[in-house]
Amino acid sequence: MEDFGELERIARELRKDVLVMLNKAKSGHSGGSLSVVDILVALYFGGIMNYDPKNPSWEDRDRLVLSKGHACPALYATLAKAGFFERELLWTLRRLGSPLQGHPDSKKLPGIDASTGSLGNGITQAVGIALAARVLHKRYKVFCIMGDGELQEGITWEAFMAASHYKLSNLIVIVDFNGLQIDGRVMDIMNISPLKEKFEAFGFRTYEIGGHVYKNLIDTLTTAKRNVISPTAIIARTVKGYGVSFMANKVEYHGVPPSNQELERALKELDNGI
Amino acid sequence: MEFKATREAYGKALVELGKKDDRVVVLDADLSGSTKSKEFQKQFSNRFFNMGIAEANMVGVAAGMALNGLKPYVSSFAVFITGRAFEIVRQSICYQNLHVVLCGSHSGISVGEDGGSHQSIADIALMRSLPNMKVIVPADYNEAYLAVLESVNIESPVYIRTSRAKSPIIIKKDKFALGRADVLREGKSVTVVACGMMVSLALDTAELLEKEGIDSEVINVSSIKPIDRDTIIKSAKKTSRVVTIEEHTVIGGLGSAVSEVLTEEYPVKVLKIGIEDVFGESGTKDDLFCKFGFTKDALAERIKEFLNG
Repeated sequence: MEDFGELERIARELRKDVLVMLNKAKSGHSGGSLSVVDILVALYFGGIMNYDPKNPSWEDRDRLVLSKGHACPALYATLAKAGFFERELLWTLRRLGSPLQGHPDSKKLPGIDASTGSLGNGITQAVGIALAARVLHKRYKVFCIMGDGELQEGITWEAFMAASHYKLSNLIVIVDFNGLQIDGRVMDIMNISPLKEKFEAFGFRTYEIGGHVYKNLIDTLTTAKRNVISPTAIIARTVKGYGVSFMANKVEYHGVPPSNQELERALKELDNGI
Repeated sequence: MEFKATREAYGKALVELGKKDDRVVVLDADLSGSTKSKEFQKQFSNRFFNMGIAEANMVGVAAGMALNGLKPYVSSFAVFITGRAFEIVRQSICYQNLHVVLCGSHSGISVGEDGGSHQSIADIALMRSLPNMKVIVPADYNEAYLAVLESVNIESPVYIRTSRAKSPIIIKKDKFALGRADVLREGKSVTVVACGMMVSLALDTAELLEKEGIDSEVINVSSIKPIDRDTIIKSAKKTSRVVTIEEHTVIGGLGSAVSEVLTEEYPVKVLKIGIEDVFGESGTKDDLFCKFGFTKDALAERIKEFLNG
């Protein structure tokens, strides 16, 4: 069996950065940032994405659109780790004048391929980015990370329909399926299941995997990159608040940062490993 | 006098742009025959994308294209592209200050028979309120053609409002300049500011008023944002009375834009003529123009009342 220890180590480090950022900012989204970390680590450090932190607007780079923009602390920590900017910048999250806006801003921060935050706006832009590759004869891939609650937005299905119609095989949608949204469980608020069947009906090659298991993530993303027929959807089953016992699967931590005491406890847990 | 619709100019100009610049792409939402984007599709099918009846996604896709160096022209009826897709225009286009040109055709009540559901009466207000957005309402076919050609050089979001109905060709110039208003007729008694199809009507009204000794200055404000403050203020200083005419609600459109300029720099009395905070309805364009007071006789009466009041 392959060893993903290094990726797991990076993920722990990034989760710690995320919690410190949120604690310092005194606001932001803890649960959804923690659930998406392993997906980002697989993409940026698992050999999936082509990028050059010294040339963030390199035309041939693979694109990452974080359609669930509220999880941006995880993306910021990832980009800092990848060398797009100094790690020190992370501690300015959400402060006046910081390029680390409350939701990702492509105009302010290198490495952000599209401004997102209002749900559904990421995937629709991702479809446009994927379609642009065809006009420009580029071979880049577009990875779009979405929330499960986000799929309640009607425009996401307009976007999937278009991706399938134009056979955008360079588009890979990853759903961070943590099952929770602000008001409660996704299945109780507005059920989106059966999701795999929905994606398949919309013409996506669809996979359902464990979203914190590196072997699953890397293998599926590698296969998805080879798909030349249709867009791909990867439903990654995750746990909201993953990595911190008292945040895991707790809807209360959707939009709440850790207090000082909670931060101390969480960092200890992460240091000791789970 | 020759009559042509501004939407026809859009189709023709798109073809010109397509020839000059291979980064120009055109999107439509199942209305390409009506918006005239089909003219582009006929010649550049590999750069034309029909996005189906899904305007919001069409706008987001255009944003993604613009992020990667393409120059998208996004076409639909004004009511859909500025209304249904508003949130995406805000979040994905304007927030990132992307060079995307939105063309809303079939604006105003001159759409006619389709009725109030399809008559866009608040699009200028909606688009004008968004940071980075430029708003252009061409007065006729010639100006629409020039404005669309020029829009490829305006590196920000642009909204161009076109019409379904044919109207007289009155503009004689060879270049459209964003932010510049044109004085089409000089006068001393009253300033009449108009946009779109109302410009030719304003000129006809001015002729009528001239017979009664009222000397109107007519200004075509096709660039509503940015607006030509100097030209408006200079004229107001000369006439001390300003009338605005637009095929749009009097809330938030041309009349509001002109009033904002005047109240800040040279307050004079302003009469805003437009649609009085109501929706349109079915009818022929001419019947609707009569009902809403967009005829030279009705306009002349209102202007006389205003000057005497």
